[in-house]
Amino acid sequence: MPRADLTIIGAGPAGMAAAAEAAGAGLNVLLLDEQPTPGGQVYRNVDEAAARRGKILGRDFTRGRALTGALNHPRITHVAQASVWSVEGTNVAYTAPDGAREVVSDHVLIATGALERAMPMPGWTLPGVMTAGAAQIMLKQSGIAVREAVLVGSGPLLYLVAVQLLRAGCPPRALVETQTRGDMRHALTHWRAALRGWRYLQRGAAMLNELRNAGVRRHVGARDLALLGSRRVEAVHFSCGGDLHELPAETVLLHHGVVPNVQATRALGLAHRWAPRQHAFVPVLDRWGLGAQPGIWGAGDGAGIGGARVAELSGRIAGLGIAHEMGALSEAERDRRAAPLLSARAVEMSIRPFLDRAFPPYAAALVPADAVTVCRCEEVSAGEIRRAAEQGCAGPNQAKAFTRAGMGRCQGRFCGLSVTGILAEMQGRDPGEIGYFRARPPLRPVTLGEVAALHDPDDPLVQAGPHG
Amino acid sequence: MDADFAIVGGGIVGLSVAWGLLRAGQSVVVVDGADDALRASRGNFGLIWVQGKGLNAPHYARWSRRSAALWGDFAQELEDNTGLDLALRQEGGLDLHFSDGSLADCATRYAALRAELGGDYPFEVLTGAALMREEPGIGPKVAGAVLHPEDGHANPLMLLRALSEDVRRLGGRLETGRMVSQLLPPGEGFALGCADGTVFHAGRVVLAAGLGAAALGPQLGFAAPVTPERGQVLITEKLPPLIRRPSLIARQVGEGAVQIGATNERAGLDDRSTRKGMAQLAAEAVAAYPALAQAQLVRSWGALRVMSPDGLPIYQESEAVPGAFLITCHSGITLAAAHARLMPNWILGRDGAPDLEVFGEARFAV
Amino acid sequence: MKPDLRFELLDKDAPRVTVRFAGQAYDVPEGANLAAALLAAGVDAFRQTAHRGVGRAPFCMMGACFDCLVEVDGVSRQACLMQVAPGLDIRPARQLREGPYAAR
Ligand SMILES: Cc1cc2nc3c(=O)[nH]c(=O)nc-3n(C[C@H](O)[C@H](O)[C@H](O)COP(=O)(O)OP(=O)(O)OC[C@H]3O[C@@H](n4cnc5c(N)ncnc54)[C@H](O)[C@@H]3O)c2cc1C
Ligand code: FES
Repeated sequence: MPRADLTIIGAGPAGMAAAAEAAGAGLNVLLLDEQPTPGGQVYRNVDEAAARRGKILGRDFTRGRALTGALNHPRITHVAQASVWSVEGTNVAYTAPDGAREVVSDHVLIATGALERAMPMPGWTLPGVMTAGAAQIMLKQSGIAVREAVLVGSGPLLYLVAVQLLRAGCPPRALVETQTRGDMRHALTHWRAALRGWRYLQRGAAMLNELRNAGVRRHVGARDLALLGSRRVEAVHFSCGGDLHELPAETVLLHHGVVPNVQATRALGLAHRWAPRQHAFVPVLDRWGLGAQPGIWGAGDGAGIGGARVAELSGRIAGLGIAHEMGALSEAERDRRAAPLLSARAVEMSIRPFLDRAFPPYAAALVPADAVTVCRCEEVSAGEIRRAAEQGCAGPNQAKAFTRAGMGRCQGRFCGLSVTGILAEMQGRDPGEIGYFRARPPLRPVTLGEVAALHDPDDPLVQAGPHG
Repeated sequence: MDADFAIVGGGIVGLSVAWGLLRAGQSVVVVDGADDALRASRGNFGLIWVQGKGLNAPHYARWSRRSAALWGDFAQELEDNTGLDLALRQEGGLDLHFSDGSLADCATRYAALRAELGGDYPFEVLTGAALMREEPGIGPKVAGAVLHPEDGHANPLMLLRALSEDVRRLGGRLETGRMVSQLLPPGEGFALGCADGTVFHAGRVVLAAGLGAAALGPQLGFAAPVTPERGQVLITEKLPPLIRRPSLIARQVGEGAVQIGATNERAGLDDRSTRKGMAQLAAEAVAAYPALAQAQLVRSWGALRVMSPDGLPIYQESEAVPGAFLITCHSGITLAAAHARLMPNWILGRDGAPDLEVFGEARFAV
Repeated sequence: MKPDLRFELLDKDAPRVTVRFAGQAYDVPEGANLAAALLAAGVDAFRQTAHRGVGRAPFCMMGACFDCLVEVDGVSRQACLMQVAPGLDIRPARQLREGPYAAR
């Protein structure tokens, strides 16, 4: 079986930075990612897109080229289009275009990033409804811009995508924002954080200006959202300041924050804790990113939402930590190199309380009404989850067994937090006590033929006999 | 007193017995564990399987067949009561063999069992064109199959759900999220102490706690020698019709997903799925049904079977503490109908009770 | 709005190739993300759901939601994780092709 000192899952800022740091210290690094090019979600296709559409996408995007450039290192092997579907300790299985592969390494870094937080509301499964991140990926990766988008939700990414579409010559039709002016006022009481984040605030103000000058309409404090249409989305319904609105819409882009993608850390059995401000579970890791299992590390948004810069910093920090564990760096050298990174990370993180409060998730989507579909794959409504709970399903895994929510192809990525949220509300308990779906392989799709190819007939499973 | 009967364990076995006791006019409280408890009832393969049962124990073969024969009626009653679809298909099951030798061996053993049962044991050996006609998706590596007409499959999660709904409808109490940690023998009935401090009182107690019985049993004078055996299972995406009859290798459910399983591993309490297990299951399934090579694997899991030393059920009333019953088995889906329809008379000592003494713990004494 | 006017292709000079989706031919930019290219070409529903039989189209574009499932060479795959290549013959994911799952 092939070997590496360090296998990194995910070639976003965290994974790329960790690879560079670890390789620089002398480790052999295998970097796996299912995308055709490195960059992750945030720097998707950056090498090509920066050249072609750098103006539209902005400097925060094009700076990702530094990270992809650093992958050009003799000790880094980047395998593109490699889907990791199983992690057993530090033994990783993935499918590349040429078939299924296994690799053993001393350390594994999970840098699988974030997912957009599901935003269940009536009509959110209709064709024509996408996430704002999806529209941005289309722009970065394929140079395809959504025309006349209606953006719905809250958060800095909503503005960023709106501005990028505008610069691409496709001004959005409107922004329907779920945060309220009160949220912003409340957030400003975190003035220390706000002050540290003046850079963000300034940039935010500039984006809003750009949208205003282009005549893009903003509805702030929207509630009672519903997406209407029969075969595809046709309109966005909402109330705002006491008025009812119905905006015609061809394409609706949803966004209200991102949450860590915990599929791999869950499957490994790492402990997770509920992070109330982020409204999500995060794996329990030490400050270097090491989990409670030997050789298992996490960095980037998958370890807790911090954004691209924090991801890059935490990737570097983990890279140093791993290099030290491997004996490639002395403790003193590791600490010397990590000190500025750790303090830069602390500064970057200090803005989060402000952002989290200024742009809270849309409350009605955290515990959706009965008729709303929460599990997109198996088409299970919030009401069905509630009924299962009334029948005695105290936890998400029992609710899953009774309703099929979370059994579909996305394996609960989009309904997991909804199910936990609904059960928590019904029982008046903390989501942390309610828990989450158990994750199992395959983490990514893999055909039975590919799995079967890993079977070694000369080394069969020891079995105790056929018992059904 | 909370109820005539307290049942420890709300899995398939506990709920089947609870349902039967309720229908027999008893009041029942079922106490079941936490969300992450070990639950064979949530991880099993969903077969109603007579084939292979009791090859060296005709009484077990008979008991399994009795349950299989009751299943259709039992499912119908639950479906009528709850409106849920248990997806029961009982049109026979296949035991696939990859070599002529193992097929012949198997047929010989079934013939012997048939003789022991006085000729009443239906099975049929299928090879060549006959097998292809019955099961067109099968591949050339399969040498032949034994068809047992009483076998079938159902949706085990719907069974679990229907039972828990119907137990409530019948007036049973279901207390979930509570781990029973102490079973105090009767003063005025039994007291069940839970980890969260709750106590339930009942006239009699049924220990149907699956693997949990090993720890709780001795408090009531049972040996309860049950140990875990891991079964890993794979699920594919929903596929067009490919597999007609279920086998121990694979079954296709009504919505099209193919369920592949299960391994038989001694892995202690580790219920994870492993790549080695997954690869073995996938290889076997692809050998049996080559078209599966193209199918996407969607989910996998591992679950722990509740195994007694000889693989047969344990049905025992405590000698030390009368009024306490131990009921545990590996094939809880297959035996659900018998547990629901026949077992209550045995527990209640009523006429027409099946003879279950053969399944007592005495057989393990050395 | 006409379906193919919902999106703007910025690289107007990108070389185009022909792929087939559900038997119909589409001219799409070579090397583009397959899900994005089909959306921009006016494909509305990529698959139909198993239970309610309603149409779905790409939602996340990052491999997480599986609403972009299609079938290529007999294997179901996520279109958002594929690139446009000349001659691709794409079918909607199986349920759509065969209607509601036949009760057996
Ligand atoms: C992989 C696999 C495949 C199988 N396939 C088949 C098949 O095809 N056909 C078939 O007939 N059978 C099959 N079985 C067997 C069948 O699933 C079991 O026989 C049946 O589920 C056993 O039910 P149970 O209620 O005894 O145990 P479980 O389902 O394990 O339930 C025990 C319950 O007791 C509770 N509990 C335990 N301790 C305590 C405590 N101290 N306090 C409170 N609650 C407690 C637990 O929370 C749990 O809910 C299979 C099993 C496995 C693992
Ligand atoms: S669009 Fe979500 S997986 Fe492809």
